[in-house]
Amino acid sequence: MMAERKIRVLVAKPGLDGHDRGAKVIAHALKEAGMEVIYTGLHQTVESIARQALQEDVDVVGLSIMSGAHVPICRKLMDMVRKEGLDDVLVVVGGVIPNKDISTLKDLGVQGIFPGGTRFDEITAFIKNNVKTGR
Amino acid sequence: MGVATYIKDEKDAIKEVILQSGIKVKPVYRPEDLERMGFDYHKDLGEPGEFPFTRSIHPLGYRSRNWTTRQYTGFGTPEQTNERFKLMISHGQTGLNVAFDLPTQMGYDSDDPMAEGEVGRVGMAVDSLRDFEIAFKDIRLNKIGSGLTINAVASIMLAMYQSVAEKFGYKKEEISATPQNDILKEMVGRGAWIYPVEPAVRLIGDTIEYSMKELPRCNPVSVCGYHIRESGCTPAQEISYAFEIAFAYIDEVVRRGYEAKDFVGGLTFNLNIYGNMWETVAKYRAARKLWAKLLRERYGVEDKRALFLRGIFGGGGSGMTKQQPENNIMRGAYYALAAALSGAQTTALCSFDEAYTIPTERAALLSLRTFQILMDEIGLRDTVDPLAGSYFVETLTKEMEQKILEEMASVEKAGGMVEAVASGYVQREVARQAYEYEKNLQEGKVIKVGVNKYTEGMDMEVELHEYNEAWANQQIERLKEVKRTRDGKAVKATLKSLEKAAREKTNVMPFLVDCCKAYASVGEMANVFRDVFGEHKEPSIF
Repeated sequence: MMAERKIRVLVAKPGLDGHDRGAKVIAHALKEAGMEVIYTGLHQTVESIARQALQEDVDVVGLSIMSGAHVPICRKLMDMVRKEGLDDVLVVVGGVIPNKDISTLKDLGVQGIFPGGTRFDEITAFIKNNVKTGR
Repeated sequence: MGVATYIKDEKDAIKEVILQSGIKVKPVYRPEDLERMGFDYHKDLGEPGEFPFTRSIHPLGYRSRNWTTRQYTGFGTPEQTNERFKLMISHGQTGLNVAFDLPTQMGYDSDDPMAEGEVGRVGMAVDSLRDFEIAFKDIRLNKIGSGLTINAVASIMLAMYQSVAEKFGYKKEEISATPQNDILKEMVGRGAWIYPVEPAVRLIGDTIEYSMKELPRCNPVSVCGYHIRESGCTPAQEISYAFEIAFAYIDEVVRRGYEAKDFVGGLTFNLNIYGNMWETVAKYRAARKLWAKLLRERYGVEDKRALFLRGIFGGGGSGMTKQQPENNIMRGAYYALAAALSGAQTTALCSFDEAYTIPTERAALLSLRTFQILMDEIGLRDTVDPLAGSYFVETLTKEMEQKILEEMASVEKAGGMVEAVASGYVQREVARQAYEYEKNLQEGKVIKVGVNKYTEGMDMEVELHEYNEAWANQQIERLKEVKRTRDGKAVKATLKSLEKAAREKTNVMPFLVDCCKAYASVGEMANVFRDVFGEHKEPSIF
């Protein structure tokens, strides 16, 4: 019987925002839920995140953005995702995200939006249900 | 965040209360408890304004002087920020605390590709002295002090503040600036670092050394426990980490041949006020006492004024919730009460829209009114340290003192704060606690009203401060104009001298002042340091 491959998640801090408490807490929670987590650390460019996603062959890219710059950052990332052929990767975002921006992010191709305070089980269930298997 | 753990029985009777710092609270306190703790008025408290300053650093507390209110303020272009400064001052605010945008904090000009999407978003965009001239227009810099919430490029901003003051005709001896200038806490809990630890600490040493001689009314550092608390540490750890950070900076300057007594009085603190009220008050009383004792023991400081723990006790962002945001107005009032009972000299509140974005005018003004009502109506100015003598508060204060010392010993065991931060020891500890807290919140072990209890009802619509994309273009245009009209040769020369000073480990401050006055840009100056020092690499904590 083949061992089930663990879901691989890249937790990323794009841009200049340095608030990483949420990213680290989520990384912990995803690990506890049985996923493999790679944390990029702070101040990542979108290019660097895309490169790491490719190199690490991840199933999920999770961005954590607390400064309010989620729309421009996600726009850039989704462009890069298409360019690099990472369309199979599930892109989710968390942080300080007003409700009014959720539909904008979804239109950009971000599939899961988890503003601060979202429960761990909601996030892990979403990932498990939406990740593209057999990659 | 930051509330105690309550163990209750099926009838909702509280069986056990454990404060975040690990101290248990009893149902009843009596004179015997003070006896048990060996409480002695003169040793443990002293008179207000006398060693060890547990009650207050001033003999008459708020009777002689009201506290200073300094809401964190800044967004968009310098014009916008200048307008908001004036609004706050006209409503009774007594000090400034400048918020800079992320590109400025990270040493990037508004036209840098790294600045995209962030210009003027979380604070004011500053690219050159021209921006400070606009931001501080009509502000009486000899009458009003300015906190500058800037860290990696604090040396640049302090030099720029001196430059703008002198340009406006003030003497550098008249101005009062407090750059936050605490890079170690950035590396633990705020993330706005650029350069590696060693040169970053050296820059802090340069600002302290320079300030000591040239800027007598400035406070060159505001050591921050605040952000480490926001990141997940306990109230006791907040103080212990802050003290250990302070020692690292003091040691840097002492290494240069100075005596601590000559500059330590210029250090201030930035500490947090959310969470359990009693833990907060005990924390501050214990902190004042310990700071004075430790400075005496460790550095031989005797002069009273140099032993004061001065600071801003404010916040606390983590206490505020996205759900039922009106609740944050009440939270703010309770936190302000805790700050007043703790004897804060300076204070600020996170506004009720904290979980959404930076404050609207309305939210910021509500915070000011919170303070004014407390001081002018509720009686918090009436007497010094009103909780002194309480069997509970005095017992808890002594227990907090113990806890703080225990936590400091852990840091010393990990090699001191610089080593503990470079190795990731503090970050790992804090991240682990943050995870456990979040788990406890989601499992209902910790109660947050409106989040996991009393969640019924409709959330109010929050008016959001709006970000304007046009601000970035305005800043870029202004920077172009500055570059067009300045003396390019002079800029080059000052930047070259700056680089030489940085390489030769000469105090960079006078060279930065020259650069600022020549209208060198923030990015140009920060890049000189990048070239000389390199960039910090985060320790891996997973």
